[in-house]
Amino acid sequence: MSSSEIFIVVLLTAIIMVVAAILIGMLLAPKSNNAQKGEPYECGIPTRGTSWMQFRIGYYLFAILFLMFDVETVLLFPWATIMRNLGTMGLISVLFFLFILILGLVYAWKKGALEWK
Amino acid sequence: MLELDKLVNLIHEGLTSAMPEMAWLVSLIEYVLIGVAFLAVYCVLALVLIYVERKVCAFFQCRIGPNRVGPFGIFQSIADMVKILLKEIIAITKTDNVLFKLAPFIVLTGSLCTFGALPFGKGLQGIDFNVGVFYLLAISSLGVVGILLAGWASNNKYTLIGAMRSGAQLVSYELSASISILTMVILAGSMQLSTIVEKQADAWFIFQAPLPAFIAFVIYLIAGHAETNRGPFDLPEAESELTAGYHTEYSGIQFGFFYLAEYLNMFIIAGIATTIFLGGWQPFHINAEWASGFNSIMDYIPSWLWFFAKVFALVFLSLWVRWSFPRLRIDQLLKLEWKILMPISLINMLVMAVWVLIF
Repeated sequence: MSSSEIFIVVLLTAIIMVVAAILIGMLLAPKSNNAQKGEPYECGIPTRGTSWMQFRIGYYLFAILFLMFDVETVLLFPWATIMRNLGTMGLISVLFFLFILILGLVYAWKKGALEWK
Repeated sequence: MLELDKLVNLIHEGLTSAMPEMAWLVSLIEYVLIGVAFLAVYCVLALVLIYVERKVCAFFQCRIGPNRVGPFGIFQSIADMVKILLKEIIAITKTDNVLFKLAPFIVLTGSLCTFGALPFGKGLQGIDFNVGVFYLLAISSLGVVGILLAGWASNNKYTLIGAMRSGAQLVSYELSASISILTMVILAGSMQLSTIVEKQADAWFIFQAPLPAFIAFVIYLIAGHAETNRGPFDLPEAESELTAGYHTEYSGIQFGFFYLAEYLNMFIIAGIATTIFLGGWQPFHINAEWASGFNSIMDYIPSWLWFFAKVFALVFLSLWVRWSFPRLRIDQLLKLEWKILMPISLINMLVMAVWVLIF
């Protein structure tokens, strides 16, 4: 059996498990409905305004930084696998690549992008 | 020897000899068996972990913990599971209905698919891609999508704040976790998990390159702990400020899925750390003439027992940390990752590269 087949089996298992458990839950659990019960929870008082509102820009900044470094990690994985064969020249070439990225981190640091304001 | 791979081979050969003409039926039965086996191990582990967590937490706080249901309360988590199945799934109006129902699927699928790739013992690995490490990182980050969906779709202020915090925390700590795994890939020279485990037969990776590997191990433990949203890093679901974070609006079994995935993620993080740093299912060996007797005794212990022993040791460490430290603030959390762990792990990666070239 190949890994891809087992992957599909595990994926289907997870989906079937969730569906089955929700069905069992719906069969066994009691049901009751009223208008108050469907309200979003807010410490017992009616919700004020909409909840889909603006949130802090800081999260977005960290997501962008994450994107930059995650792509870098993805690019480094093939290098890491054959590091032994590439030897010193491989290390030196990667150092240039890392230098540019670390420059980016230093820039973000100096600009204050890593502070939570 | 109590190796389970013989049992797996026995089932395969038995099925093939019983039905030689119907290869498709044999594969079908084997697929169903694999699915059932993974599901059973997943659920049993969740129950065990919940019990262990409650008991260990009780001992840390000088309490007894669950002790009513069964001897020493060992059936407590089964009782809880039955209770959670019997709870009503409250239909919240005003939610984004499709995304609200989709979120548990994504969280649980990511968790179970990562679980399927762990090498539990000799010959006991389901998914074994040649880019195994890559696969682990990719599929385990699916959880973030589920959490963000859950928080957004609930149409609740607490869940939105919880999900945003959780997203920022998970993506940030994923960086140093993946860089420390990258460090070990340099040492291993392979991304296939089975090859990584085989290369640790003589000495675990943490002993093969003691300095950089140990730093990477500690960074991975911290980052992994943060990725499970627990312990000092539990501000996505800080009870005192956000009720329950991103799963405030979920009830009944839908809440149970988040709970299940959270506990299993603790196991999965410990499992990845065991596979990559502590030799997976390889027994502990001393590389010396005089230690051959010791080595053969260690070989006698079945490989799956080694794996679970190491994983549960790391899980205990994680619980210990959780119940010992106060919660961080979000600015401290992000500072720890971006200003301390990230630079250290980048430098550590270069140290490992130089180490591999020299030795």
